[in-house]
Amino acid sequence: MDAVIESLPLYWNGFLRTLFLSAVSGVIALLLGTLLAAARVSPVAALRGFSMTYVEILRNTPLTIAFFFAAIVLPRLGVKFEQFEVAAIIALSAYTAAFIAEAVRSGVNSVPVGQAEAARSIGMKFSQELTLIILPQALRTVIPPLINILIALVKNSSVAGAFFVLELFGYGRQLANANGDQVMAVLLGVAFFYLLITVPLGILASTVERKVAIAR
Amino acid sequence: MSSVLYDVPGPKARRVSLIGSVIGSLLIAGLLAWIISTLAQQGIFEGRRWAIFTRADVWSLIGNGIGATLSAAAVAAVIAFPLGLLLCLLRISDVPGIRIPTRIVLEFLRGMPVVLMMLFVLLVFGTNQFIAVVAGLVLYNAAVFAEIIRAGIQSLPKGQREAGLTVGLTSFQSRMIIELPQAVRRMMPSLVAQLVVLLKDTSLGYIVAYGELLRAVQVMADFLGTQYLFPIFFVAAAIYIAINLCVSRIAVWIERRGSKKAAGGVAKAEPAVEAAAAKP
Repeated sequence: MDAVIESLPLYWNGFLRTLFLSAVSGVIALLLGTLLAAARVSPVAALRGFSMTYVEILRNTPLTIAFFFAAIVLPRLGVKFEQFEVAAIIALSAYTAAFIAEAVRSGVNSVPVGQAEAARSIGMKFSQELTLIILPQALRTVIPPLINILIALVKNSSVAGAFFVLELFGYGRQLANANGDQVMAVLLGVAFFYLLITVPLGILASTVERKVAIAR
Repeated sequence: MSSVLYDVPGPKARRVSLIGSVIGSLLIAGLLAWIISTLAQQGIFEGRRWAIFTRADVWSLIGNGIGATLSAAAVAAVIAFPLGLLLCLLRISDVPGIRIPTRIVLEFLRGMPVVLMMLFVLLVFGTNQFIAVVAGLVLYNAAVFAEIIRAGIQSLPKGQREAGLTVGLTSFQSRMIIELPQAVRRMMPSLVAQLVVLLKDTSLGYIVAYGELLRAVQVMADFLGTQYLFPIFFVAAAIYIAINLCVSRIAVWIERRGSKKAAGGVAKAEPAVEAAAAKP
């Protein structure tokens, strides 16, 4: 227990880093994922094909491989970054975007057909129809699954700890190595900080789910 | 739905779409060509780097890695599923003293990174890497299986359980004989999708130094020299993606087959509870 209390500042640093990684990757993944979902339902065949291929490949790639790719292959392509954090953000957001795209697409499918028909019959273009009518309703229905994906993102950010990014898991591993006699307390401390993010998000998801279920 | 989003394209729209598609494809092809040429300039595609794949020992190491990955996934899946069933039964128990602690445990397990659980088992219980990886996967996936099956049971019409109790089954019998078979069958697509997640998560074993495919790659690269890292990594990624794509295809196939056949075997779902579980 002493080791945990002594290293609370380290935990706090790691916690903030984990939050930062998750927040930045989350925002990028939400934008990219929504774009991919829009491409998936668009009338242009090439966009549909590209989006489908991207989602299929990324969904079936282990996250560790995505990290390897960002850390090893990207630098060779001339994408230079000072810190591994950038690689971690690239890997996390590229990976998560595929799941968000799938969720948003299922949301688009859940919007009643009449909405799209009404939009078309008053003369909206596809882009107007999607941004003004379909996506706002679709995003609203998929908020609970999106939150679940973001929870998974927070947990997945722990993989970055293995790739030299000092976030919660990275610090936890260091502390566990340094305090061989108090491993259990150290790791439970790390778990506590993860639960501090994931449990409230989970409660939020189920509350929103109940609200949305009533609204529809 | 997606076909309702736009009018059937006329000749002009078709032309625009075709031009757009051609330009887009050319851009992507150009990007790929640039990537390949950049890598080629660094000598990645030289024959000598790839010549190692003609050696039998390299393939036997890769084979060991695949074997370690698949065996960890298989053992974890076989243990996690019954454990998930058990947790689900405890979670929906009528006794609050059982239900509430189980709920807390499930929230705890689902809210933690799998890597952390693997590391925990490895360091605290001092097990070997295989057991740590399997334990981490089992704990997490049992919790997820429990939630999926619970969603399935809750999607059943209330009448199923009521009928079971009316004909004199005990609560437990009704769960086992009436509800669980239908719930598991209905949730089959989600369960198989979770198996893909489990298989993918074995790659986290890399972080706790379990000798799965990625670790095998790393060890090989350390042994043979880093100039082989890229080819071996490339092959390992391809193998991983191929295996996962196969399992995903099976999931899609089961979903299609289920939607055709389910009518006879499963009671109709209550609306709004569908599609509760599809997470990365």
